[in-house]
Order: sequence, then structure tokens, then C-alpha cells
Amino acid sequence: MKLQIPAALLLVGSLLLGAGRAEPVRAQEIPAGHFTLQSGEDLYKGICQGCHMPDAKGAVGAGSYPALAQDARLMVAIYPITVVIRGQRAMPSFGDSLDDGQIANVVNYIRTHFGNHYTGAVSPATVKANRPALHQTAEPPR
Amino acid sequence: MTDKNAAPMSRRSLFQLIGAFAGSAVMYEAMTELGHAGESGYTGPIELKGDPKGASVLILGAGMAGMTAAYELRKAGYRVQILEYNDRPGGRNWSLYGGDTYTELGGFTQHVQFAEGLYLNPGPWRIPHHHYALIDCCKRLNIALEPFVQVNYAAYGHSSKAFGGKPQRFRAVQADFDGYVAELLAKATNQGGLDQAVSHEDKEVLLEALRDWGALDAGYEYKKGLLASERRGYESDPGGGLTADPIASQPMALRELLQSRLWSAIGIGHTFEFQNMIFQPVGGMGMIGKAFGRTLGDVIRYNAKVTDIQQNDQGVTVAYEDTKQPGPLQHAQAQWCICTIPASILGQIPLAVGAPLKNAIDALSYESAIKVGLQFKRRFWEQDDAIYGGMSYTDLPNGMIGYPSSRYFDTGPGVLLGAYNFGTDAFQLTALSPEERVRKVVEYGTQIHPQYPAEFQHGVAVAWHRVPWMLGCYGHWTEELRAQHYRNLCAIDGRIVLAGEHVSRLGGWQEGAILSSLDAIRRLHARVLAS
Repeated sequence: MKLQIPAALLLVGSLLLGAGRAEPVRAQEIPAGHFTLQSGEDLYKGICQGCHMPDAKGAVGAGSYPALAQDARLMVAIYPITVVIRGQRAMPSFGDSLDDGQIANVVNYIRTHFGNHYTGAVSPATVKANRPALHQTAEPPR
Repeated sequence: MTDKNAAPMSRRSLFQLIGAFAGSAVMYEAMTELGHAGESGYTGPIELKGDPKGASVLILGAGMAGMTAAYELRKAGYRVQILEYNDRPGGRNWSLYGGDTYTELGGFTQHVQFAEGLYLNPGPWRIPHHHYALIDCCKRLNIALEPFVQVNYAAYGHSSKAFGGKPQRFRAVQADFDGYVAELLAKATNQGGLDQAVSHEDKEVLLEALRDWGALDAGYEYKKGLLASERRGYESDPGGGLTADPIASQPMALRELLQSRLWSAIGIGHTFEFQNMIFQPVGGMGMIGKAFGRTLGDVIRYNAKVTDIQQNDQGVTVAYEDTKQPGPLQHAQAQWCICTIPASILGQIPLAVGAPLKNAIDALSYESAIKVGLQFKRRFWEQDDAIYGGMSYTDLPNGMIGYPSSRYFDTGPGVLLGAYNFGTDAFQLTALSPEERVRKVVEYGTQIHPQYPAEFQHGVAVAWHRVPWMLGCYGHWTEELRAQHYRNLCAIDGRIVLAGEHVSRLGGWQEGAILSSLDAIRRLHARVLAS
């Protein structure tokens, strides 16, 4: 498991690269880490479906996860790109843990599956251009 | 008319003046407004003085924060009611036992098959000795506490990429790391490398300290021998009689130890929250929530899903659905409201508060976390590995193995924590079905304990983003978010105030939830008396 620690995060106590992941004492002490999954399908099945569900229909409990299936909001690619990078309310941000290529892949996957048929595949360059100016881009794993 | 020559009034004097004039409650609120009500620490059971004249308070959530608020406000003369989403009290204060059923978002159901008396704490599992409010709560609820073992020198550090994947005993990792570092520092000191930093007198003491701390020999070296073995363990332990000679063990190579990163376990045990003593409730963390709920009785209205929170200058109206009996929306009303609903969910509920508070709620995402409990036919970690409590760490996605700090030497089955992790590993385990999570975690653990496949019986996996009443584990704060939003999240907005671990500086700890609740009701009470 390879981890990248963004400079913006403060760490108190032990670092946890490699063996022995340190239990966080404070929530802000957890470094973002980096996902190694690459294809859109692997990323969706490896991360997104944890909340949005394997059928992308979301789920309802005390609060809800929105459906990505047949989702009109995906029509404009900038929207899912931005949400994945920055997060949105309860949804965590993945801008530090996914690189431009991964974000492009997963956005393209979601926009062409689950009853979505949106054209205009997104490129890594587009993702990169939409990262906030002051935000550090996660480096790809080596 | 002001005297220009007089010294400006100190804040302390101002507060004393307000206190003397208007009473301590007003003084306290003034201090809070000016950001000077320092104490977030617990100083004993709260005393809410003054008569609230039967004012009513609606509390959202029957976790530790909500129940603390209800209990103390009721004692102070308020009329209280709690709306709780679940059919049980406690919130994240929760244990899973054999016979329990747990269904996560997506409809994946697990039937817990643990043997009698065995359990998993999917949420909090530790009570540090300096979490005074929580310990006081346990005392008042007559919850039996027992020691929780954090650091165990016999437990393992495991790197899949070092030492051929062979786990190393923590005692050896710490002894070798300390020993080599002490040797290096002694070398630097003796070669004059620290002459700028350390005086001549201190140099002598430093060398003595390094020798003592690092188990260095007379030549200030850390190497194979009985001295090092007294820290790292022996190749053959000392015994009695004629076959008793101890045989020294071989320290690890420094380079391999450094590259393995197994040293990262050392600092964890030194952390304030993880220093001895730590406690756990006998029979599961959930004992606290259950007892607390019993104390409150029908103050708590279960199976209530809050869908709307409104307020005006008269009071608060909350709409909710009965999750067991679908029907028309119901409404609860009170003059005041303490909302302990996690921000992950609260951000989706229409909430009549101002922009600063709304923005603070919306700014908070929730941390991903996973816990997996595994039952084995026998406590092989004790019988074979001599590990009694504590935890082993690994670079595999399960993160760690936590051995139970109870029922030592039982000859029957035992449950250990097979996985506890956050971040990317937690997200990926969350995306799997519960059965897949358990299967993978058993696979990972086998690399540390080859006994796993033969002894494994049952498992249960709780992934916090799939928990229907949490949508995450705990509030994810950063320094920047706190600077921007924390005080706004804490502030009373009209008749509503928030509480919970997310409204504290002890994020993810029950102590944070309780202290935030006490702070909230203290401020609310001051406002009630003033109104």
C-alpha cells in the first residue's frame, strides 16, 4: 500500500507509511493515501459503490446517497469532476487520493453506465484544469 | 465620562463585573461570546443553577451527546424528549453479539454468530483514563470497567515487504530501533558531532542515558548479547537448573528495520490517548448506551427519522417519520432544540438556521472506517503466540489485529478484531459485500497468523459509510476547516444548538460527544434563564 502525504495535512504522532498504520488520534491526522485502481470500472467497483451501491441506485437510511443511475446531473461532465475532486457535503473529496487519469476514468465510466449514455469523454487534462488553483494535485503512485 | 488616564479595564475585571451584576450564567455566556470560556475539560458533574420553569427541549439523537443532554436537563427541571432514528439507544456506542442482526445500506444483512459472551465493538472500543466525563458517566450508570491493553510487547509488527513477510515481535522492533538510534547518537556525541548542541557536562549524562535507554554495551554499541536480549527477547529464554542457559537473540539489521517501517508502531503507544491506563466496559462498549437508555426510559422516542427542523421566535418544530409504521409525517415541538444528528446526515435535512451554521455543517465530510470481528475456535494467539490483549500492526489493508482484553485463558472460542482501518483501505473494503470483506480480512490475517484458516469460524464486518444511521464514521476536520467553521458549528442559532463528537476537539471520541453536550447545555441554560 503506497501512501502520499499532502503537505497541507498536519500529522501529530507517528507517521504510518507502510507497516503499522497508526490509529488516528484526531481525524485530521489521517493522511489521504492514494488509490492504485486504474480503470473506471475498477474504481467504481472498488470505491464508489461503497456508497452509491453496485447498481448505482444509491441508498436511503437516516440520510441518503444519491443515485448515479440515469442521473441528469451527469450531463455536464464538469459537475461530476468537481464533486469527485472537492467532495460535496457528506461526500469526501477524492482530489488528493485520485490522480487526473483516475478521475477521468471513473467519471467516464459513470457517465456511460447505469443507464447513462453521455458522450464527450473526459480527458485527464480536463480534470487537471478543473482542480482548484491552490489545491495540490496528488502525484500518481510509483 | 471616561478618564483618559485610567488603565483600560481588563477582561477579567469585566467578567467579574458582569458576574456580580447579572449572575454567573450571564457571565459565562459573556465569556463564551468573547471566546474566553476556556474549559473544555471536565470538572465534575454539571450543575445547572436557576429554574428553567419547565422549559421544553427537544433532543435529536440518543447517542452519548443526546442522552447526556436529556439526562442533565431533565435533572435541572426541563421537560425533555429525544427523537432517535434507531430502535435502540447509544448511537455509535454499540456492540454486536451472537444472535444480533445488522443490515447495512444496500440491504446487505449479517447474522452475527458469535458464541455467548463474545462481541465486536464496531465503534469506540477504548476509554482513556483521562476521559473523565465518560468515566464519570460509567460510574453513575454502574458500568463495570476493565483494563484495555493497547501496547503488547509480544504482539507483532508485520510488513508484507520486509523480513520475507515474517512478523516481528514488537519488543524486538522497539528494542532494536531504540538501540540503534542510541548507538548512532552516542557515536555522534563521542565524535564531537553534538558539541554545539550539548554542553560538556550534559554530554556525559547524555552518553549515560543513551547507554541505559538503548541497552548499549560498554563500547556504546547495540549488538547481540544478553544486554540486548533483556529488551528484545532471547533466542532461548533463561530457565532453571542445568538446562537453563539463556541464548542471546540476533538483532535485526538496521537498514531492514528502517525500510520495513515497523518502527511506526512505537509512537502510537506513546500517544496521550493510548497511554495506560485505558479501560473498556465489561461485556462490550454498548453496555453504556443500553444502561443510559434505560435510565431515560420513555424520554426516548425510537424509530423516528427526522425530515425537517424549523424554528421561530417561539420554539422549534421537527417533522419526523416513524420508520416502522409508514404513515403521515409527525411533528414534535419544544421551546429549544439540541441537535446531535451527525453532519453527514444533517446536511441533507431542511434546517432553519443561518448561513454560518449551515455552511459549517455542509463543510464536514465523514471519515471512512472499517471494523471486522472474527471468531476462532480457540484463542490461538494466547495458546500459541503468548499474546494476551494488545494489537499487531500490518501494512496489509486490514491495518491491524486487535486481541481481546478480556476472558484470558478461555478454552473455548474467542473473537478478535481482524481489521480496523481508515482511508483508502477502508473505502475499498467498504465497497465489498460483508462476506467478501470477512473473506479478505481472513486472507490478510493468515499472513500474520497461519492458524487462521484452521481456526476461523465466523465474522462480521461493519463499514461505517454503509451504516444507515451514520453515513460515515466521524467528522473529518482539518486545521483549515476548524479555523473556518468550528466556532460557527458550536454557536447557538436562535433556539437550536448542535452537539456531538463533531462539535468537539476530540473528534471520534465519546468524551468529545459528552463534553460538547455539556458545553451546549450550559450555554443553552444561560440563554433560557436570560430569556
